[in-house]
Amino acid sequence: MLSVHNISKIYDDRTALDALTLTVQAARTTVLIGPSGCGKSTLIRIMIGLILPDTGHIRFENTEVTPETALQLRHRMGYVIQDGGLFPHLNGYDNVVLMARYLGWAEDRLAVRVHELTELTRFPEDGLGRYPVQLSGGQRQRVGLMRALMLDPDVLLLDEPLGALDPIIQADLQDDLRDIFRTLGKTVVMVTHDMGEAGFFGDEIVLMQDGKIIQQGTLHDLVHDPVDDFVIRFINAHRGPLDVLKD
Amino acid sequence: MIYTYSALRTPHSALKGLCRCLLVCCLWVSPVIAQPVTIGSKNFTENVILGEVLRHLAQHAGQEAIHRQQLGGTQILWEALLRGDLDAYAEYTGTLTQEVLADLKLENNEALEEALKERGILMSRPLGFNNTYALGMKPGLADSLGIIKISDLRDHPDLIFAFGNEFLDRGDGWPTLRNRYGLPQTNVSGLDHDLSYRGLESGDTHVIDLYSTDAEIAYYKLRVLEDDLNHFPVYNAIIVYRKDLMQRAPQVVDAFLQLEGRIPESDMVAMNARAKIDKIPEVRIAANFLASTLDIHIDVQEETRWDRLMKHTGAHLYLVIISLSAAILIAVPLGIVSACLPNFGQVVLAVVGVIQTIPSLALLVMMIPVVGIGGPPAILALFLYSLLPIVRNTYAGLTDIPGPLKESAQALGLPPAARLRLVELPMASRTIIAGIKTSAVINVGTATLGAIIGAGGFGQPILTGIRLADNGLILEGAIPAAVLALLAQGVFEVIERLFVPRGLRLKAQG
Repeated sequence: MLSVHNISKIYDDRTALDALTLTVQAARTTVLIGPSGCGKSTLIRIMIGLILPDTGHIRFENTEVTPETALQLRHRMGYVIQDGGLFPHLNGYDNVVLMARYLGWAEDRLAVRVHELTELTRFPEDGLGRYPVQLSGGQRQRVGLMRALMLDPDVLLLDEPLGALDPIIQADLQDDLRDIFRTLGKTVVMVTHDMGEAGFFGDEIVLMQDGKIIQQGTLHDLVHDPVDDFVIRFINAHRGPLDVLKD
Repeated sequence: MIYTYSALRTPHSALKGLCRCLLVCCLWVSPVIAQPVTIGSKNFTENVILGEVLRHLAQHAGQEAIHRQQLGGTQILWEALLRGDLDAYAEYTGTLTQEVLADLKLENNEALEEALKERGILMSRPLGFNNTYALGMKPGLADSLGIIKISDLRDHPDLIFAFGNEFLDRGDGWPTLRNRYGLPQTNVSGLDHDLSYRGLESGDTHVIDLYSTDAEIAYYKLRVLEDDLNHFPVYNAIIVYRKDLMQRAPQVVDAFLQLEGRIPESDMVAMNARAKIDKIPEVRIAANFLASTLDIHIDVQEETRWDRLMKHTGAHLYLVIISLSAAILIAVPLGIVSACLPNFGQVVLAVVGVIQTIPSLALLVMMIPVVGIGGPPAILALFLYSLLPIVRNTYAGLTDIPGPLKESAQALGLPPAARLRLVELPMASRTIIAGIKTSAVINVGTATLGAIIGAGGFGQPILTGIRLADNGLILEGAIPAAVLALLAQGVFEVIERLFVPRGLRLKAQG
C-alpha cells in the first residue's frame, strides 16, 4: 500500500532519517513512536510528499511519490496534525469542504458528504458554522479529521493528533478514533510519543531512535520480546498514575 | 477661473500621467508640449506677483495660460524651463550669471543672452528694477554695535545669522560673501526667506539676507548694510522664455515684452508691500499694475475659500489616489514574490527600504529631471514612498503563517496558486491591509510637499501661508490634510471589515 525504501534525510548536521525502510500494511493502523527527534514526524511528512528525502524513494500503491505526483496522490491521503491544522479564516464547514469545492463538487454533494462525516465523527452539525477560534481543542480535532476524510482517502496520516488535548477529551477522542478506523477499515499511519496511545491504536508499532527503526511489531512483541535495552527503557519510561501506588 | 492646476486635468490626462509614471523607469519620456502657456514662479512673493502679471498678459493675448506658483527654487524652475515643462518665468540676471550659469563666468548681458540662446532660451530686456541681495539688521542693534556696512560685521563674531536656504548655498550667496569680507561668524542657519523677518523681529537672529525690493525693509525700518566691497552683482529682473514660444504663441511673447523697462523699483516694492503687508491677493495686485501701467484691464475673479478648498482637495486626492493605487498594484505582487523567493525577497526589501530613507523633499526634486514638474514627479515619488509598508507587510503576512498550516494546505493537495488564493492571502489579508493603511496615511502627509514642485494639493495654501506669514492659510492646508489622513485611516478600517475574513477578527474563547 504505502512503503518507503532506504530513506535518508539530513538537516544541516543532524541526521533525521538514516537509510530507513518501512512498509505500511493495508487496512491496519501503524504507529510510529520514539523519543523527540527520532525522525517519526519527518517520516510521516515524507510519506505525503511535504518533505523530499535526500536519498531513497516512496511508493504509494504502484506510483512513486515525487513532487510531480504528490499533488494527485494527496487526494487519496488524509493528513491530520496536532490541533487539527484548521485555517482560521474559514469556518468549520468551509475548512472541511475546501478541497472538494476546489475540485468542483456541487454544493448538495458537499452537504451530503459533510452530513455523513458529522455522524461518523460525532460532531454536532450546527457547530460547523463556527470558526476555529470558537471551537474547543477536541472539536477542532474532529473537524480536522472530517477535512482529512472528505475525499474518502485510502490512507489516513495523523501526526500527534491528540497531543494538545486534556486527558478526558483525549480518551474520548481515542475511543471515537479507534471506532472510526475500524468502521472505515482504512490504512492508518499515526505518529505519537505516548506508549499507551501506541498500544491502544497500533496493530503494528514502529519504535524509532536516531532516524532508524529499532523494533517493529505488536505491543506484545515489544513488551515480551524487546530487541535491546532501549526498547525496555522506552516502554518502562511510560509511567501510569497507578505505578506510584504500587511502590 | 483664476488659477489652473493639475487638479483640473481631465481623466484622460490623469491616466496619461499614471502611465508616464509607471513607464518612466524603462522609457525616456520626451517632454509633452502642453497646449496652454505655462508660467512658473519662485517661492517668494515678488516672483509670484510677476508670474501673475505674465499669466494675465498671456490670457489677455488670447492664450490659455497656467501659472505654477511657488516652485521650490531656482534650480527647479530652470530645469523645468529647459525641459519645456515651463514656457516662461521671471528671473534675475545676477542669478543666471552667478548661480545657474556660474561656470561660464559671463561678463555682461550680451554674453548671457548668447549663452541662453545656445540652450534654447531667450530673455527680455530688463524690466526696470534691480532686486539685489543685501544684509539687514534691526537699526537699534546696528546702532548700538556701530554697524553700517558689511565689513563692520567682522568685529562681531557672536552675531547670529539666518539666511534663506537658497542664499546659504548659492555661488553668489553666503560662501563667497564670507570669503570676500572675511566674516568670522559661525552661528549661521538656513530658513525660509519669508520667515527670516519674523526671526529678526523676535530677536532670535541678528542679521538676515534681504532682497532689496522686499516690502518688509521699510515696514520694519531695517538697516540695510552697505555692500562696501561690491560683492553682490546686479540682479535686473528679466523674463526668460523658451525659443519655441516664439513660434507657438508669438502674440504672448509680444505681450510679455511690453513689460521691458516698465517696472521701476518703487513700483515693485509697493506691489510687494501690498501683498505682504496689506495681504492683497497677488492676482489682484498684478491686474491693478497692468491697468495702471499698460492700460490692460483684466476682470479678476477671486476664489472663495470654498473654491480653493475644492481645488486643493481635488489635486491632493489626484496625487494620493493614483500613487497609492499604483503602489498597491505593484507592491502586493512584489511582496508575494518576495515571500516565495527568499533571496529575491531580501533584495526587494532592501531596495524599497533604501528608497524610504531618501528624504521626501529630495526624492520629489530628484524626480524632476526624469518626469518634469507638476503631478507626474510627485506621483512617482509618492508611489515609491508607498511601496515599503505594503511590500513589507505582504511579505511578513505571508511568511508569518505557521508552517503546520501551510503544510496542511499542501497536504490537502491544493496546487500552489490555489493555496495562495484560498489560504495564504486570506490569512495575510489583515497584515497586508494594515500596510496599505500605513502607506495611505504617509502618502496623504507627504503629498503636501508636492506643491513645491508644482503638483498643487493641500501643500499649496501651506506654502503660501508660510510666505505671507498667514496662519489662516497654513491651516487651510494643514487641517484638510489631517482630516484626509484620518479619513484614509477610516476608509481602510472599513475595507478591513469587508475584506479580512470574519474568522481572523474573532477573539479566541476562554
